[in-house]
Amino acid sequence: MDKILRINMGPEGAPKASEEPIGQYAGLGGRGMTSAIVAKEVPPLCHPLGKENKLVIAPGILSGSQAAQSGRVSVGCKSPLTGGIKEANSGGQGAQVIARLGYAAIVLEGKPADDTLYKVVINKEGVDIIADNSLKMLGNYALIDKMKVEYGEDVAFVSIGQAGEMKMSAASVAFTDPELRPTRHAGRGGVGAVMGAKGVKVIVLDDAGMPTRSPKDVEKFKEANKAFVQGLRKHPITGEGLPSFGTNILTNVINEAGALPTNNFQSGRFDGAGSISGETQSDTMKARGGKVKKGCHRGCVIQCSGIYNNKDGSFLTKRVEYETVWSHGSNCGIDDLDAISMMDRLDDDFGLDTIEMGATIGVAMEAGLAKFGDGEAAINLLKEVGKGTPLGRILGAGAAVTGQAFGVERVPVVKGQALPAYDPRAVQGIGVTYATSTMGADHTAGYAVTANVLGVGGSVDPLKSEGQVELSRNLQIATAAIDATGFCLFIAFAILDQPDTFNAMLDMLSAFTGEPCTADDVVALGKKILDYERDFNARAGFTSKQDRLPEFFKKEPLPPHNTTFSVKDEELDQVFNW
Amino acid sequence: MQKYISIRLFATLNRYTPDTADSYPVRPGTTVRDLIDQLGVPLTEVKLIFIDGVKGDIASALNGGERVGIFPPVGGG
Repeated sequence: MDKILRINMGPEGAPKASEEPIGQYAGLGGRGMTSAIVAKEVPPLCHPLGKENKLVIAPGILSGSQAAQSGRVSVGCKSPLTGGIKEANSGGQGAQVIARLGYAAIVLEGKPADDTLYKVVINKEGVDIIADNSLKMLGNYALIDKMKVEYGEDVAFVSIGQAGEMKMSAASVAFTDPELRPTRHAGRGGVGAVMGAKGVKVIVLDDAGMPTRSPKDVEKFKEANKAFVQGLRKHPITGEGLPSFGTNILTNVINEAGALPTNNFQSGRFDGAGSISGETQSDTMKARGGKVKKGCHRGCVIQCSGIYNNKDGSFLTKRVEYETVWSHGSNCGIDDLDAISMMDRLDDDFGLDTIEMGATIGVAMEAGLAKFGDGEAAINLLKEVGKGTPLGRILGAGAAVTGQAFGVERVPVVKGQALPAYDPRAVQGIGVTYATSTMGADHTAGYAVTANVLGVGGSVDPLKSEGQVELSRNLQIATAAIDATGFCLFIAFAILDQPDTFNAMLDMLSAFTGEPCTADDVVALGKKILDYERDFNARAGFTSKQDRLPEFFKKEPLPPHNTTFSVKDEELDQVFNW
Repeated sequence: MQKYISIRLFATLNRYTPDTADSYPVRPGTTVRDLIDQLGVPLTEVKLIFIDGVKGDIASALNGGERVGIFPPVGGG
């Protein structure tokens, strides 16, 4: 993994690929790599869909090795949704295969001369960039079916659906899972629109004949990996809760905590929570012959994914995650798991961010385009997006644009990006992360739900402002570093609670790279990445005024606790003061 | 005097849910620990306790009218 592949879509005649040594980016991976390249090479004032923007796809530092849980990939660019830097993170097979092909990053650059659509085929022999307009406006599922016929099943695909081709700000980049289904997505911030603007429909990754990446210190690495896996298996969240119930185990606990955003952030409790909970979902999956434990990439030991079938037993979609169950469910007043799962399938097929789309439909319902609770109407709104009708184009531009188009005041976005599944008035720590993250509202950027609600990594009262800034700061630093390693963020539950698992992770990193890796080094890496991102955003025109939640969170009390967001602006401005 | 609470047990603890969960009788002053013992829930499996949406603990006393939620360790994202 010592080279960078650059694919310039702009040159006269035809797109050109070139390889270069990793150079100044040596030692970086994942979010560290994407944010460094974007901060150094992309002019911050450029148009996100123009020739100056770049789409960077980077596996983590440990991806492609035997390290458990190291299959995360980062996709970075200047975001069409926020106007700032973006790193969207995904599972799937992509990270492992790109890393084994030897690339620390694949960078799509330039702007094609016309609207020809391309597929990029990468294998050990090199890179082919092939025009193929027969792929136009295919959904991800139909596209992958067609690609499997051409390239077989021992490959991985990175692709966009119709939303990316239409350059919608809610468009995602899809990564196939081990069964070659396009179910894993770098969802946030419109990264799919940037891939669409580069004219690339699909990247075919074939690592046949390429070896697994090997560590510098094989024995130490093997031992540390073993201890790390044991740590993940013995922790009750990564060892039992997530495999049994998926991430949707959260619906009930967030509802009990009074923080489940319902009917476009009007309440923190949803009467229908039980019917869409992880418990009900798992029972339904089992009854229909689905699968309850499954990894999104090979080498996953947590296995939080699964298969959700239709009533007739045929495949519908993966085990729908909490963020989608919330966004298309309680946030739209919908208590029907089948309707929610259908929307997950449509989002994956069109290539859309489920968080952005659920929040957008919530805003559309508030505007009167459909009634809260009407699953069929919500599905029809989503289909408008896939078809690219004028209404669909507005919805596909996200919650902020939809709110503006329809005159809605309660629009849950920060820096133009929709809030995820935890109301910041009842989980104040996550509100600090939403407000200040370089990414726009993003729960994964500093998941304060841990100490605020779940009793992991300490305990901080979720309804008060005390301690939230420090909690969010520390988590934002640690998360930026983990996002660089290729590790799935869910290892956090085990490493926050179990010092021996944290140490095993450090040992894996140092045994693999041959460089020392201490807790201080991890903190320094996290800060360096955040500095790249903050610097880019400042040059793109962001000030502390963008590090704020929408006004209604400070003014409208949220039932059942009837609290407002109470962390002061001056405190928010201290998050990055280290 | 007999009072009533609503009790919800989630995830792997769901199997200990009593038939009278929506209207479970308690004597005022009953602690969450007493409740857990009555329901036969192994204490070691209890991680999170919510009383009317606010974090409680096993020493929290119940006076009737509360909504009690009990969870094993859970997490996701």
